[in-house]
Amino acid sequence: MSDRPPALVIGSTILAVMVAVSLLAPWIAPYAATEQHILKRLERPSPAYLLGTDQYGRDLLSRTLMGGRTALLLGVGAVLLGLAVGVPVGLAAGYFGGRADDAIMRIVDAMLSFPSLLLALLIITALGASTAHALAAIGIANVPGIARIVRGNTLALREAEFVLAARARGEGHVYVMFGEILPNVLPAIVVETTIRVGFAMLAAASLSFLGLGVQPPTADWGLMIREARQYVFLSPWPLVAPGVALSLTIIGLNLFGDGLRDRLGGGS
Amino acid sequence: MTPVPPVLDIYGLSVHFETRDGPLHVLRDVSLSVSPQETFGLAGESGSGKTTLGYAIMRALPGPARLTAGEIRFEGEDLLAKGPDELRRIRGRRIAMVYQDPRSALNPTMTVGQQVGEVLEIHDRAAPRAARARANELLDLVGIADPAGVARRYPHQLSGGMQQRVVIAMALACGPSLLIMDEPTTGLDVTTQARILELVADLKRRVRAAIVYISHDLAVIAQVSDRVGILYAGELVETAPAARLFRRPAHPYTLGLLGALPDLDGLHGLTPIPGSLPALTRLPHGCVFAPRCRFVEPACEAEIPPVARVTADHEAKCLRWPVVLDAPLAPSVPAAPRRRAESRGLMLIAERLVRHHGGAGPIARRLSLGPPPVRAVDGVSLEVQRDEVLALVGESGCGKSTLGRVIVRLLPPTAGAVRFLDRASGAEVTDDALVRRNAQIVFQHPDSSLNPMKRVGKTLGRPLALLGIKGGQRGRRLRELLRDVRLDASYVDRLPRELSGGEKQRVAIARALAMRPAFIVLDEPVSALDVSTQASIVRLLVDLRDTLGASYLLISHDLSLVRHVAHRVAVMYLGKLVEVGTVGEIFRPPSHPYTRALLAAVPRPDPTAPRAAVRLEGAVPSPQHPPSGCRFHTRCPVKVGRICEEVEPPFVRASDTHQIACHIPLDVLRREAPVLVAAPAAGGLGVAPPEEGRS
Amino acid sequence: MTLYVLRRLASIVVVLVLISVIIFVAIHVLPGSAATLILGEYATPDALRTLERQMGLDRPLLAQYGAWVGDVLTGRWGDSLAMKQPVASVVALRLKNSATLAAAALVIVGCVAIPLGTAAALARGSLLDLAIVTATYVGISVPEFVTGMGLLLVLAGPSVGWFPTGGYADLSTGALAWVRHLALPTATLAIVLMAHVVRQTRSGLADVLGAPYIRTARLKGASERRVIVRHALRNGLVPTITVLALDLGYLMGGIVVVEEVFAYPGMGRLIIYAVQNRDVPLLQMCVLIVAAVYTLANFAADLLYAWLDPRIRYR
Repeated sequence: MSDRPPALVIGSTILAVMVAVSLLAPWIAPYAATEQHILKRLERPSPAYLLGTDQYGRDLLSRTLMGGRTALLLGVGAVLLGLAVGVPVGLAAGYFGGRADDAIMRIVDAMLSFPSLLLALLIITALGASTAHALAAIGIANVPGIARIVRGNTLALREAEFVLAARARGEGHVYVMFGEILPNVLPAIVVETTIRVGFAMLAAASLSFLGLGVQPPTADWGLMIREARQYVFLSPWPLVAPGVALSLTIIGLNLFGDGLRDRLGGGS
Repeated sequence: MTPVPPVLDIYGLSVHFETRDGPLHVLRDVSLSVSPQETFGLAGESGSGKTTLGYAIMRALPGPARLTAGEIRFEGEDLLAKGPDELRRIRGRRIAMVYQDPRSALNPTMTVGQQVGEVLEIHDRAAPRAARARANELLDLVGIADPAGVARRYPHQLSGGMQQRVVIAMALACGPSLLIMDEPTTGLDVTTQARILELVADLKRRVRAAIVYISHDLAVIAQVSDRVGILYAGELVETAPAARLFRRPAHPYTLGLLGALPDLDGLHGLTPIPGSLPALTRLPHGCVFAPRCRFVEPACEAEIPPVARVTADHEAKCLRWPVVLDAPLAPSVPAAPRRRAESRGLMLIAERLVRHHGGAGPIARRLSLGPPPVRAVDGVSLEVQRDEVLALVGESGCGKSTLGRVIVRLLPPTAGAVRFLDRASGAEVTDDALVRRNAQIVFQHPDSSLNPMKRVGKTLGRPLALLGIKGGQRGRRLRELLRDVRLDASYVDRLPRELSGGEKQRVAIARALAMRPAFIVLDEPVSALDVSTQASIVRLLVDLRDTLGASYLLISHDLSLVRHVAHRVAVMYLGKLVEVGTVGEIFRPPSHPYTRALLAAVPRPDPTAPRAAVRLEGAVPSPQHPPSGCRFHTRCPVKVGRICEEVEPPFVRASDTHQIACHIPLDVLRREAPVLVAAPAAGGLGVAPPEEGRS
Repeated sequence: MTLYVLRRLASIVVVLVLISVIIFVAIHVLPGSAATLILGEYATPDALRTLERQMGLDRPLLAQYGAWVGDVLTGRWGDSLAMKQPVASVVALRLKNSATLAAAALVIVGCVAIPLGTAAALARGSLLDLAIVTATYVGISVPEFVTGMGLLLVLAGPSVGWFPTGGYADLSTGALAWVRHLALPTATLAIVLMAHVVRQTRSGLADVLGAPYIRTARLKGASERRVIVRHALRNGLVPTITVLALDLGYLMGGIVVVEEVFAYPGMGRLIIYAVQNRDVPLLQMCVLIVAAVYTLANFAADLLYAWLDPRIRYR
């Protein structure tokens, strides 16, 4: 595989840096994310403010660092929620088949008929805009995709001979699903998860950009870009700093996920 | 007379694969030559390098493969010196290839006629219409009825046998002088295979091409080849005319192979070759076969033996060939299992079992939308006695696997019942858990029969846990189980991907044994294994059965294996049983016409064995639309008349233990000539096995 | 084949029904009744009850759902609460605008992405392939609003001023103005979409090139050109063409954000407006329409695929 291994290496490097930096943010950020310096608004990068300041004089470097935490929280949290619901549902649908499977898959198909952002918007409408609701909305939007992949893998494994051997022994359904089938679906789940975290982050940032996710004054990349909009021609830095950070992180996640997929041979 | 120059002359060919762990020497110093219009059979087990050799000749080695030494001369021209354009002119026109899996070798979005005609468009610059016309002629040449109609169809609409005929037609289109056939009948049914082999024999007479026929199946090689070459772990260890090689081989590996092959006459075979294939990254220093050879001497391990000339056209890469020549074909220690004197009575009764699956739901069926169900098992009644091996034979699609799964309660029957009887009282056992514990199953594919994520210890520990065995006792039982299947205790910590096919199958057998069952269904337990491994697994199964005192239902398409191992045989066709009898009775007349055709179709590892020509026309009907009356009537060569089309034949008793379901009167069937004629004595006869094994 | 079509059609109908249920459930069943959404959290209980009775929100849920579906199917789409206009007319105009944007993006993507993906698959491992793959990674990872704002910054700023910063000019006001307003939003959408399509084309074609029947074609003596054109592309493009229809999903997600960035008056912006103003009738209809369009596009893609693949067309 001559054009692949670099992906894993580069991706994991980027990711490692971004994650480390985000987790350490409270300690390495020079200022508090919400600290305003009214006299130094929309400044260019300088030794005091390494990435410049935004329209309230807040240090962009600090806000970008802290924004990483929010992004990680939303991305990882949403996918975990999706897994928590999607994996059991997919396992059950694939394993039991029949009418239950049909019914579940119809609902999954219907949910997948919404572009996921719209589904999240619907849910935000009902719940109201906040970080927690954004996490829930994106998590729910991830459930059908995850369920479908898990179901696909389960279907393929259901007739595998080692599964049949277990059933011939008289093993119960729960054991067969979680003890025999799930360990073999895990590689696909892991690959899927890494890629989805990236898209979840993207979705969260989009929601925040639309004003429907993270609310001010929390530091979040999407929100920062929204706020930067009015002043973009006065100073590009409030756009550039979070924009580059967000893009880099997602690139890292995608590279990592693809590299992992080639290594593990997962996916549906 | 000047010697005729060979069509193909390979000298000192070596190929290796680049891998992460270093070069894999797949072929080493291979030399062979093929005369014009000669069929050269290249035989080898998996990993021997035979397919690589085929592609090397076509100069079509996959990416990481490198040809490191040697010459390939085709009709006197050096193939290795040719550039891509010249090669393109040769491929398809002067050298053509037939592939192992015809379904994937054909383009799914082009019609069959287009694909066959394309060869002519490429090499003869034929216009599409002319190419299409010639394609129809070629399809006719390969025995396809209604060639024009078939030409308009897409590959997925044809059966496996027809697809392979199409591939052969494609290969013959420009009249090549060399045809390379890579396992062309693997994956086809025995009867379909027989017809393709017949086609090849017919074509040999008509089309003047030399053939390199690659296969792992020695019996097939015996049937088609003029000369044979045996490949072992990348080296060509012996070449000889076919008759000579199968009679008096000069290399210990060939001798071992012939000893391991079960022969249909029940007299030879199933002697395993000790040891296993060497890893291609750690080859032995001297002779590659030395670690497993029973004639080995210190000189053999010192360096690679030179190719010795046994006679003018017989060569062997062995130092000890004179001894090997005179060694008898390993006497067949009988594999037929003994039955205990006190074994009597029935263990299991299946009554009118029916299993249908698929098919549309009730609403769709009412509206005549949607497909009819697959009638995999359509009314089968049989009995398995204590302590016996009952073989269930039939070709793919006959329902034998489904039947096995219904019996062990993996699938619920659509109708009918299976009753297990208690040994002491003879009453039916109704406790489901007890039944499941006593009825186990071993599957065909070692790669999927073990959970790839679990170590051997975990896999074997689970059934023990279900029995309530814990702690130290479990560890002991585990080691016992491994010992039973002849695996070292260290295997406990291994993952399936670290095991060979034979080792995986042993673990699968150990798992079935863990619960000490009284009855085991063996669903094609060795068909995915190499010949040398097959013999040792079969012997293991037979020995275990002796110790356990269990009954086996052996599901297999391999009649030779059945002959050696079973007590009774049931023959299945399209969901129904057509004949049941002891192993002696089945292999002799009176026989059901289908059984007869099966026996005639089995290739024998002896080129001189006479072959009865019983040909089955047509393809197996779909189990969704089984024919009315006798299901076999659409293909039966001795169909009586309308009664066969309208009335299902009853079972007629030929003896206490022998029943045949056919309208043809029994005495007519009795008078037919036996299909199996004893082959002229080979060098050394085996001890005749105990035939019926009646207690 | 007809059976296949009928079965898919039945399936689509079921999905559409489920979609309407999901929308209905999201708005009416999740915490916070529709009335609270509209009036806000500080409404008095009396006001809430009056509004509920007015909107028929006190009837049993099933009846409400039935009424809504009935209204939708008979064209009585109600009035937008915030805009005080019939939903139908508002939606019609915005739909046209979004469709224009989407169509422009799809055309560009179709013309550029498929050849690019094909080139990458054929030149696997080369520098060209590496460049294309890198570009696609960036394309799928950078969010649309970042790209959009970046384009705004660079091309629409006061210093450069080639393009307006947003809005829409109808064709009637002149072709140039129309193009200038469409350009940046289309470009933003097209970048992301192209990245997806190039990746899919590339991997689909790479899969085909590794298939056994390609080897058969080569060993028949076919020239590389024949192998690629007659065998590889024919099989590889069938899924790619249909994938374009499926990419409508990405398109619709992205369009919401892109319209927001460029203040483009399309369906996306309308939906955001409805969400922000808690305009329930408008929101319901908009989401239903978008989801329905997507479903129908999938259906069309399925049909196209079935028609092109002989394995489905001839059973």
